[in-house]
Amino acid sequence: MANLIRRATRLPLPGKIGLALVLFWIVIAVIGPWIAPYPPGSFVNEEVFAGSSRAYWLGSDFLGRDVLSRLVSGARFTVGLSAIAVTIAASIGTGLALTAAVGPRWLDELLSRAMDTLISIPSKIFALVLVAAFGSSMALLTLIIAITYIPGNFRIARSLAVGLAKLDYVEVARARGEGRLHLAVVEILPNILKPLFADIGLRFVFIVLLLSGLSFLGLGLQPPDADLGSLVRENTSGLAEGALAIIAPAAAIASLTVGVNLLIDAATQGKAE
Amino acid sequence: MTMTPHVDVRGLCVTVRAPDGSPLRIVDNVSFAIPRSEVLALIGESGSGKTTIALSLMGYARGGARISGQITVGEATLDGAGDKGLAAQRGHRITYVAQSAAAAFNPSRRVIEQVIEPALIHGTATDAQARARAVELFAALALPNPQTIGSRYPHELSGGQLQRLMAAMALITRPDLVIFDEPTTALDVTTQVEVLQAFRKVVREQGATGVYVSHDLAVVAQMADQVLVLNRGTVREQNAVRAVLEAPADDYTRTLLAAAQPVLKTVVPVAVKPAPLLSISGIHAGYGSIDRQGRPAHPVLSDVSLTVPRGGAVGVIGESGSGKSTVARVVAGLLAPTAGEVVLDGQTLAASLSERGREELRRIQIVFQNADVALNPAHSVGDILGRVLRFYHGMSGRAATARVAELLDLIRLPSAVAGRRCDELSGGQKQRVNLARALAANPDVILCDEVTSALDTVVREAILDLLAELRRDLGVAYLFISHDIATVKALCDEIVVLYKGTRVESGQSGTYNAPPYHPYTDLLISSVPELRTDWLSGVGPKATPQLGAVTDDAGLCRFLPRCPVAIAGRCDTSPPPLRLMDAGNAVLCHRTESELAH
Repeated sequence: MANLIRRATRLPLPGKIGLALVLFWIVIAVIGPWIAPYPPGSFVNEEVFAGSSRAYWLGSDFLGRDVLSRLVSGARFTVGLSAIAVTIAASIGTGLALTAAVGPRWLDELLSRAMDTLISIPSKIFALVLVAAFGSSMALLTLIIAITYIPGNFRIARSLAVGLAKLDYVEVARARGEGRLHLAVVEILPNILKPLFADIGLRFVFIVLLLSGLSFLGLGLQPPDADLGSLVRENTSGLAEGALAIIAPAAAIASLTVGVNLLIDAATQGKAE
Repeated sequence: MTMTPHVDVRGLCVTVRAPDGSPLRIVDNVSFAIPRSEVLALIGESGSGKTTIALSLMGYARGGARISGQITVGEATLDGAGDKGLAAQRGHRITYVAQSAAAAFNPSRRVIEQVIEPALIHGTATDAQARARAVELFAALALPNPQTIGSRYPHELSGGQLQRLMAAMALITRPDLVIFDEPTTALDVTTQVEVLQAFRKVVREQGATGVYVSHDLAVVAQMADQVLVLNRGTVREQNAVRAVLEAPADDYTRTLLAAAQPVLKTVVPVAVKPAPLLSISGIHAGYGSIDRQGRPAHPVLSDVSLTVPRGGAVGVIGESGSGKSTVARVVAGLLAPTAGEVVLDGQTLAASLSERGREELRRIQIVFQNADVALNPAHSVGDILGRVLRFYHGMSGRAATARVAELLDLIRLPSAVAGRRCDELSGGQKQRVNLARALAANPDVILCDEVTSALDTVVREAILDLLAELRRDLGVAYLFISHDIATVKALCDEIVVLYKGTRVESGQSGTYNAPPYHPYTDLLISSVPELRTDWLSGVGPKATPQLGAVTDDAGLCRFLPRCPVAIAGRCDTSPPPLRLMDAGNAVLCHRTESELAH
């Protein structure tokens, strides 16, 4: 823990800004429902697309609901769903990649071709078909997004791992008689973590955007629940008047993704310790 | 007649920032002058600042470094020249030949386009003139087919040829100064001779002024007029090359000279137990898919046999591509041979790793050449050694910690090193840890694959001494693979010479002191540069007799296309016999002992 704090204080300024943004959104995701001034689903304002006021800091949406309350409640879906999906995608993708790198050749071929097949399906269409077939649910959404991002992670992790698997230190371990699990987890994995984290961060951003995109199309979370993308979509009619109701969630998505990117860039650029 | 020197450097300092932010001088107050048409050698170990000085002659400093002092080349003053002024000099008046030409050429363009590029960029010649001069230089550098070689791509040429093409690129603008930065270090000795001869001829013919950076005194002796000996960024000695070789004035120069000819301080009694520990016989191996006759697509080894006695040291030498590393991989089980067997202590070992028992694996350990990639950068030294102890001996906790400290003591490193990561260690220290990992298994035999090749001469000697000591104290046997015959002769009792995967000669290391030996062994030994300035003039590729088209019959002598003493009608028709010489060495050759003894 002390080590983590020391590393955080050593980050360059953009990294610190990124870290602050990411921490901010994590905190909001956790405590959102408790700090929301109004219930996110209730109609509290007579006026739709109201501007900022003392009672409604971010104004009201197209139905007269409080935007701030909906935003802080929606953050947990965006941050939470994306984090779970990216964890699933990276665990399965990297796991399969390591299997391919230390396993027999035919297994590598099989896995690589299977991933090529999966990667050739456009993600939005894939999501559309599955949602149309099974209906939208949070578990299904997470699963779809995770599956969509497994092949990309697999490819990066595999190319890193295959390169390392030919290095002398892995050969030495092999000659020692170490099992494949040891080769993969102890010898290879620690050396690909850094580029992998950069990849995971990027994928997290993509997932936030995909989730927002799906919600925007109406395929994501279903009302009254709303993630940040849904908030943008449901308030599109306010776009013409420049309503805060559409600017606020859009800015929230932007600050989250920019924050993650800044943090990852700074954290992975430093020299290996 | 007084002449101002052609290249004049005064009070050159290069300063970088140390990790704590304070300025650190990596080159300190270096001054020298080079008259026109002379070559100055910068010599020292890695970290001595020799490359930094060479680069600063182009006004170039690596990121964060600052150059101060006066640098004059020809009529140009480099200190204080802006980026534009420097760009006009670089590649035009001052040119550079890098260590690895293979990495310096763009693989997707024909070499002639790249060779004439400096002339075109700086507008010193028209395209046609530049091409004509390039062909002239190709011929001067003894490249084959000078008219057409330029139209090839880099991957179609050998390392030695690329190195010469790079020299042609450096000379095309008739520069005031050519900087050679270790241009032959990555080459085989037999290739190095050819390249050095080409360089020397072209430098003399063109009257070029040069700076030659090298760690190898014997190479420098052939190329340079003056020598500047560097250590930690300061000048230790500067003198004419002959004076430095014959009467070194500085202690450090003497250390370098001594290290150039490895002689072990530790004397190992010749193994009294002739019992064979490890023997391989009739090994055929290669890479790629295996066809119906059981032959691999790219055969590397054919019918290789050798025996390592208990506590003995057997050397395997050969140039790159001779299959010497493949021998180690086959013994270690990393590559399954297509024929032949590996016997350890009377037990035939399985061909592949997965079928060998843990105890069998423990007894044979392999140490790779490059400690930078042989040690996992994610683990500490203690983890690396501890893993071996746990894996083979089930040791953990305090016992393991104690044993790690013991091992580190054995390789002369302080026990505090256990907590460090490998990237905090120097090259020599890493190679020691690399050795300690093999020792942790308590092996019977260690396969050393070029373990000293990536090291400086002084560090190399220390590692060789350590190896000899460990052998004496622990009774461990070595299969020592190297391209350097001097190193092998210093450490091993017995030497096997490989050429293109065939064993052409084997014998006690004493038999390699004087002929008779195999024509290839002869070439290897005569290619090692000697510490005298006239050595290069005395050697040379002997003319090979013209033998008609040689069929690629596996049975014939593999060295035939390069052999200077081949006999037409015999060598190209029947396989060579194995002859036993009086001195005890076995030679695979048609020539008789008296013919080989010249």
